[in-house]
Amino acid sequence: MNYEAVIGLEVHVQVKTRSKMFTRVEAGYGRAPNTLTDPVVLALPGVLPVMNKVALDAIIKAGLMLGCEIAPVCKWDRKNYFYPDSPKNYQISQYDQPICRGGFVEIELPGSARNVMGEHKRIPLTRIHLEEDVGKLNHETVDSLIDYNRAGTPLMEIVSEPAMHSAEEAFAYLTSLRQTMIYGGISDCDMEKGQLRCDANISIRPAGETKLGTKVELKNLNSISFVRDGIAHEIKRQVAVIQAGGTIVQETRDYDGQTGTSQSLRTKEMAHDYRYFPDPDLMPVKVDEAWKARIKSECPELPFDKQRRFIEQYQVPYTITSVLVPDQELSAFFEEAAKLSGKPQQVGNWIVNDLLRELGNARIGLAEAKVKPAHIAELVKLVDSGTLLSNAAKDVFVEVFQTGDSPAAVVDRKGLKAETNAGELEQWCRDAIAANPKSLADFKAGKDSAINGFKGFIMKAAKGKANPKLVDETLRRLLAGL
Amino acid sequence: MSSDLHYKTATELTELLADKKLSSVELMKSVIDRTKAVDGRVKAFNSYDEKDALAQAKASDDRRARGLSAGPLDGIPVGLKDVIAVEGQPLTASSKMLANFVSPYDSTVTKKLKQAGAICWGRLNLDEFAMGSSTENSAFHTTRNPYDLERVPGGSSGGSAAAVSAGEAPLALGSDTGGSIRQPAALCNVVGMKPTYGLVSRYGLIAFASSLDQIGPFARSVDDAALLLGAIAGHDPLDSTSFKTEVPDYCLELAKRKGPWRLGIAKEYFGEGLDPEVGAAVQAAVEFYRKQGCEIKEVSLPHTEYALDVYYIIATAECSSNLARYDGIRYGHRSKEATDAIDIYFKSRAEGFGPEVKRRIILGTYVLSSGYYDAYYLRAQKVRTLIRQDFLDAYQSVDAILTPTSPTPAFKVGEKAANPLAMYLSDIYTIGVNLAGLPGISVPCGFSKSGLPIGLQVIGQPFKETELFAIARSYEQAHEWGSRLPAL
Repeated sequence: MNYEAVIGLEVHVQVKTRSKMFTRVEAGYGRAPNTLTDPVVLALPGVLPVMNKVALDAIIKAGLMLGCEIAPVCKWDRKNYFYPDSPKNYQISQYDQPICRGGFVEIELPGSARNVMGEHKRIPLTRIHLEEDVGKLNHETVDSLIDYNRAGTPLMEIVSEPAMHSAEEAFAYLTSLRQTMIYGGISDCDMEKGQLRCDANISIRPAGETKLGTKVELKNLNSISFVRDGIAHEIKRQVAVIQAGGTIVQETRDYDGQTGTSQSLRTKEMAHDYRYFPDPDLMPVKVDEAWKARIKSECPELPFDKQRRFIEQYQVPYTITSVLVPDQELSAFFEEAAKLSGKPQQVGNWIVNDLLRELGNARIGLAEAKVKPAHIAELVKLVDSGTLLSNAAKDVFVEVFQTGDSPAAVVDRKGLKAETNAGELEQWCRDAIAANPKSLADFKAGKDSAINGFKGFIMKAAKGKANPKLVDETLRRLLAGL
Repeated sequence: MSSDLHYKTATELTELLADKKLSSVELMKSVIDRTKAVDGRVKAFNSYDEKDALAQAKASDDRRARGLSAGPLDGIPVGLKDVIAVEGQPLTASSKMLANFVSPYDSTVTKKLKQAGAICWGRLNLDEFAMGSSTENSAFHTTRNPYDLERVPGGSSGGSAAAVSAGEAPLALGSDTGGSIRQPAALCNVVGMKPTYGLVSRYGLIAFASSLDQIGPFARSVDDAALLLGAIAGHDPLDSTSFKTEVPDYCLELAKRKGPWRLGIAKEYFGEGLDPEVGAAVQAAVEFYRKQGCEIKEVSLPHTEYALDVYYIIATAECSSNLARYDGIRYGHRSKEATDAIDIYFKSRAEGFGPEVKRRIILGTYVLSSGYYDAYYLRAQKVRTLIRQDFLDAYQSVDAILTPTSPTPAFKVGEKAANPLAMYLSDIYTIGVNLAGLPGISVPCGFSKSGLPIGLQVIGQPFKETELFAIARSYEQAHEWGSRLPAL
C-alpha cells in the first residue's frame, strides 16, 4: 500500500531586538553565563513584566509579510509549567488570541534541473504568536547548570497547518520562512545560535485517505537539513511500523541528527495541563489601523516576488536570480548596477561569477567590499563598447575589487585599452592573411571557421589588445575582396 | 523631647522637624526605643536595622542643615510590610521560603519614599505571602493586637497596623488584596487606606493576586495617610497596570472639600454575621454624617453575596501562578533532602510554604485546570464585572458608600485558626472593593464594650482619593477615637 505523509511544522524564531521581551536588559548571544539578567529575568520576588513594543512591531511585520490577519488586540496569557529553565515557572505567551492568524508561506520545490525553476506552493499557516524564550540547561556529570541569558528573549511561534507531504516540502518551507524573516529584519534565523528552532508533527495515512493518522512530534531538529532528514526518517519509521502490523503511538520523539535515529521522549499520557489564563500583570495592547499601516510601509518585497520581478524585468536567467535573491544586499547591488548599465544580464554574470568569488577569497561581506554598483556598470560598458576585452576585464575587476578604483582608471593605469586604430589593424590583418595560405584556401573553400587561424596570428601581433569584433569585421572585408 | 513623641502624627512631626525643635535622629532614636520597649509583646516586626535607620535619619538631618530638605516626609520613619522590596534588606513575605532572602533591588514605592527623604524602617510582619486576616499564618510569629495582646491585629498587614497603633512607627505601608490594609487598621484603631487599583505601582511588591493587590498607607490620621499616599502614588513605567493620572496634592486638596456629600448605605453590608456593637458604631457614624447635612441614601449592591466566592477563585488562581517562582532553584528555601530538579520543587515547596499558602495554591491550580477554567475562573471574572458595575451604578446617585470595615472587632489568637472559612469571612466587607478596583479607607469609629477598636469603611469612586479622604476626615475631626491609645 502507498502511504501519504502529513506534516505540520512549529517553528520558533527569536525576534531580533535590543532588549528582552518584558524587561530592558539586553538580548544577546555568546556572553558569559547569567550576565544578561536582571531582577525581572530571574523572576525575583515582586518584579513585573513590561512589554517590548519593538518585538510586537516585528511580529506584526512578520504577519503582514506572510499575509496573516492581525488581531485588533494583543493579549497576553500565562502558560504554567515547572521547569528549571523557566524562571517564573510560567511563560508569558499568547493562547486563545494569537496576534497573527492565517496567512501562508510560499515554497519552491526542487526543479527538474538546477537551472529550472521548481513548482511553487502555498503552505497555509494556522497562527503566529509572541512569547518569551527560556534559559538553557547544561547538564554536567552530576549537577545541571542554568544559564538565563536566553531567558526572556522575544520568541515567535509560527504554526503551519498540517499541509506538507514530504521532507522536501518541509525543507522548502523552512528555507522560505527563514528567507522571509531575514528579509524583514525580524530575525537572523541562525540555527546554530538557536535563533530558529523547529518541531515537526508527522503522521501517515493510506494514500487517498482524508482522515489524519496518529501524529508524532519530532523535536530537536536543529538544522534545516536535520529537519529534512529527521522527517524522512520518521516517515519511514511509521510506514515500517504500520507494515509490520503495528500502530503509531502519539508521542514526542527526539531526533539525533548525528546518528540519524530517534527515540521516544514522552507519550500523550504525560502531556501537560498548562492552565492558561490571561496575565494580570499585562494590559491588552490595541493594534489599530494606523499602527498596521506604519508597519506595512516598512515591509520589504518578498523573496519570491523579487525573483519573479528580476526574471521578468531584467530578463536574467533563473540560476542567476536564485543566487541573487537569497541575499537582499546583493539583490540591491544588482539592481543598482543593472539600472546604471542597462545591461542586467552582464551585470548578473559579473556578480554571480566574479564578485562572489572575490568576496569568498577575501572572506568579507558585500558591505565591506570596495567595489560598488557603479564600478560594475562601468566595467560592463567598457567591455560592451569594445574598449576593454573580456579576458582583460577579468583582471580589471580583480584590481577594482582590491583597490576600489574605477575600472577606467585601472584600464588606463595598466594600458589595457583595446587597440582600435583602423590602419594598424588592417595591416595586421593583411599580414595574417599573407602568412596563412592554408587558412585562406580553407576559407575560400567555404570553411568559415578557418578565419580563426588569422585571428590567432593577429592577437599575437597585437599583444592581445585588438578588439575581436573589429578584427572579425576587417578580416571579412579583406577576405571578401580577395 | 517628651516620651509621647512616638504617638505624634507625621504631620506634627514634620512641623517639629521643620522648626528644628526635633532632629530626625532624635525621632528615630525615640521610635527605636519605643520599639524595643513594646515589640517583645506586640511582635509587629520581623526585623529592623537600627544602624541603617539611624544612618538614614542622619542623612535627613544633613539635608535639612544644608537647606535641601526633600519635603514633609523627609526624616519621618515609615515601616514597611515585609513584602515590599528594599535594596539590601530582608524580604521574607513572612515565609520560610524567603526567610534568608535579601532584596537586591528597591520597589518603586521604596524609591519614591527615599526620594521624599522618608526613613525606610524595619520589616513588618504579615500572614505568609499576605494570605490571611490575622498574621497567624506568618511562618515566624503572630503579631498581637496592641489593645489586647491575646487578640490578633488583623491581617494580612497586621504588623503594619500594630506598629502604627503601638507607636513603633508613625507611618507604615501595607498591601491590600482583599482588605489586608483596612481590616487590620480597623482592628488596631488606626487609619488604613487602599488606593484605586493602578494608582500605586506594584513593582517590587511580592505578588499575591496581581489584579487585586495595591500598596497603601497606615497612619494615625487621615491627613497623614493622604501625605503618605501622595508620596507613593503615580504612574510607573515598570508596572503595566499602573494608571497614567495626575497625582494631586491630597493634603492641600482634601482640606478644600467640605461636603456635604451624598453617601450610600448598602443593606448587603449590614446583614447576618455583623457584630451588633460594630453595627451600632457604624450606624452612629452614619447619623453623624446625616447631621452634618449629608444626604444618606440606600443603595443596592446585589452581587455582593458572590464577592467572597469570586475572590477566592480569582485570588487563588493568580497566586497559584505568582508563587510558582518560589521553587528553590534560583533563590529561597531549597530542601536539603532533594536529589534532582523535580525533587527540589516538591520538597522545597512542601517545606517552604505554610498550610494556608498551600491551600490557596492547590485551590488556584484546580480552578485553572483544563475543563474547569470556564466554570470557575472565566465565570468568576464575569461576576467580578457585575460586582464592579453594582458600585458604578450606585455612584450615579452617591459620592461614597459607608460600611463597617470588619464584621467583628479583633478576635482571639487561635479562635479562627482552625476554620479557614470563618477567617475568610473577616474580609466580607472589604473584598468587593478590591474586586471592583475602588479606593477604600478605614477610620476609627468607636470601641466595643470590652475596649476593642471598631472601624468605619468609606468606599470611594475610582481615582477620587481626595474626596474619599475628605469624607473620612470630616468624621475623624469631629471624633477622638484615634487618640484613645492602647495600654502597653
